[in-house]
Amino acid sequence: MVKRDLVIVGGGPAGMAAAVSAHENGVKDILLIERDRYLGGILNQCIHTGFGINYFKEILTGPEYADRFIKKVRDMLDIEVSFNSIVVKLASDKTVTFLKPGRLETVKAKAIIMATGCREKTREMVHIQGSRPAGIFSAGLAQKLINIEGLLPGKEVVVVGSGDIGLIMARRFVMEGARVKAIIEIQKESRGLLRNMVQCVEDFDIPVYFNHKISRIFGKSRVEKVSVIRVDDSFNEIPGSLFEIQCDTILMSVGLISENELIDMAGIRIEENKTSVPGIFVCGNSFKIYDIVDTVTKDSFLVGKLAANYITNQ
Amino acid sequence: MKTYDVAIIGAGVTGTSIARELARYKLDIALFEKEEELAFGVSKSNSGIIHPGIQNSPDSLKGRLCVQGNFLIRDLSKELNIDFKEVGELIVAFNEEEIRELLRLKKEAEVLGVPRLKIVDKTWLRQNEPNLNAEAVAALYAPTAGIISPYRLVYGLAENAVRNGVEIFTETKIENIIYSKPNFEILASKGLFRSRHVINSAGLFADEISKMLGIDYFKIRPRKGEEFILDKKKESLIHHLILPLPSKTSKGVIIIKTADGNPMIGPTAEDIEDKEDLSTSDSGFNKVLSSARRLIPSINDKDIIAYFAGLRPVAGDDFIINHENKAPGFINVAGIQSPGLTASPAIALLVANILKDNGLEIKKKFIFHAHRKGTIHLFQSPLLKIEKIIKKDPSYGDIVCRCEMVSAKEIKDAVKKGAKTMDGVKFRTRAQAGRCHGSFCATRIMKILAEERKILVTSVTKRGKGSEIVKEDRFCFQE
Repeated sequence: MVKRDLVIVGGGPAGMAAAVSAHENGVKDILLIERDRYLGGILNQCIHTGFGINYFKEILTGPEYADRFIKKVRDMLDIEVSFNSIVVKLASDKTVTFLKPGRLETVKAKAIIMATGCREKTREMVHIQGSRPAGIFSAGLAQKLINIEGLLPGKEVVVVGSGDIGLIMARRFVMEGARVKAIIEIQKESRGLLRNMVQCVEDFDIPVYFNHKISRIFGKSRVEKVSVIRVDDSFNEIPGSLFEIQCDTILMSVGLISENELIDMAGIRIEENKTSVPGIFVCGNSFKIYDIVDTVTKDSFLVGKLAANYITNQ
Repeated sequence: MKTYDVAIIGAGVTGTSIARELARYKLDIALFEKEEELAFGVSKSNSGIIHPGIQNSPDSLKGRLCVQGNFLIRDLSKELNIDFKEVGELIVAFNEEEIRELLRLKKEAEVLGVPRLKIVDKTWLRQNEPNLNAEAVAALYAPTAGIISPYRLVYGLAENAVRNGVEIFTETKIENIIYSKPNFEILASKGLFRSRHVINSAGLFADEISKMLGIDYFKIRPRKGEEFILDKKKESLIHHLILPLPSKTSKGVIIIKTADGNPMIGPTAEDIEDKEDLSTSDSGFNKVLSSARRLIPSINDKDIIAYFAGLRPVAGDDFIINHENKAPGFINVAGIQSPGLTASPAIALLVANILKDNGLEIKKKFIFHAHRKGTIHLFQSPLLKIEKIIKKDPSYGDIVCRCEMVSAKEIKDAVKKGAKTMDGVKFRTRAQAGRCHGSFCATRIMKILAEERKILVTSVTKRGKGSEIVKEDRFCFQE
């Protein structure tokens, strides 16, 4: 079995910051495992600006922000990156098993940092009933389709939830020539950043319905319409307030969940940035959901240092 | 025009079972399916339980065919190389009165020939099913109950049927059938077909097909069932299928182990009108969750990753499997709801016999390929085996769906074997069926489908025409 000082799972902003920090703090034998063909994670599809204001005191796009760290990782020759590699097992004896084209590998590490990011909540998780046609996308998937693949998911859009990705994607759809007919938010105010409410919604005259929820999705093959109902502050439906919106696309932006299945399945508990197994750490969105990437970078630097100290003290 | 010996309408588990059984004989067989792919109708939402044969009246077709089917599926699944697991089921009782009901069920099932039934007590339940409600006092244990993937069964049957000469026509809706002695003229959306015999296994639409020949003594009523799927990390929540005592219309909300690992809970049973209404409801959601928690109190709604609804084709209390004298050569195989999947191999045998009894001369083929090479699924394989699989073919290490561990190679193979849509890929491989619902892998799967099928990515659909995933390719604008 291959032995490593530090294994980091995930090459997004958290994993890259942790790798750079661990290296700066003296760890020389680092394996960074990335499932995609490039580093940067979700930043690569975030082509809007607003990144780096806190950390770099500059306004950057997602790919530009990622690029600063990709260069650093590349310059640190002791950091080996394994691309197209997906971890299938984490064990409490600090072994990590991953698959990549052509082989399965198990690595034993002195310390492990899990930086596996998060996923978006689905319509099921917020109990939206109705039919299950084509045309229902998570905001992140729609973002990938438009920004990376050059595909337009739909032309008449209803956004569910006012999370940041939803607001940013509402603007993106308008810029692509689609009509965003409504943003439906169950709470009485936006869950997204104020700057996104202004720059994405108000500037583009997109109607927002606070205190409203989708009561049902209609359509057999493709989404045809949604019914929307007003709710009070305790989310009780207000009778007589039901109305319908015709649309061909629904974007779900109702929150993010940390991806911690590998840790769960290993029977390991998360305790702040550490875990119940000494030497296994967690950072970035897989630790908790962050509002902005700058804070992810800052916190992940600390975790990289924690891991370096742990390795030194062994 | 070619005259088929047998035309089968509907390619769910019933139709494909019949096709595969008849493929043993020297017959020209056509199998018609109106949807883009097989198993897209009733079979799509089957929960994959191979019932032991309890809970059916001993003098019913359901009772007899279920017990026989449970026996037959063992060899069939081996021949087709489809994983069947005999996990056993527990029908749980919470008080003395319910125990008496268990004893009655046991006696009735023994008349039907269900083997090895026994009543297990609280201590047994504690040891063997630790997450079960502690208030359960006893259970009827049927060790012959099992699980199978309904999709892999239908696709395996169809693949093997084709290998043995059956012709399958998808996207072919039957518009009308005319009996012009001694043949049937079948007017389909893809043209005119002629067959000596017609088997109607059209699921929810079997009454409409039958009516085309003036045979209208039954009506299909859709009975909706809403079901949930739990996260794969809950795989060992239960070790058996866990059932409550049955009601009149259904077996109740069951905690189901599945061949894919994810536990499933459901279904509800609600009679509705619309044969295409697959919508879910708040009331269904709450009913499933509360009923399931009565059996396994620790079920957390955060572990529910998907829910959907399916429709059972109900035509009275029993299956209808009849040769119709009004149109000699026409056989109705209708009302095949639960335990239809279990019974399907027995139904196929029965239909073959009905054909023989009604004058179809059937001779065995000189060569019948009974065996089918299985498909590889990484999620079913232990790590050591995965290592070997990847060494042999590196593309198995190229993971597309990370939630369910599905490789590019598995998806390409699925497309080669007939998957044409995103749902078809999902049903065959489980890609997109996990906790992220395809958010991370949908784009890659769309590209593989487009590439392998040589179609535009904008033509990739969820489940057939009208369900295209995206509206426009922005790179195509070259004005």
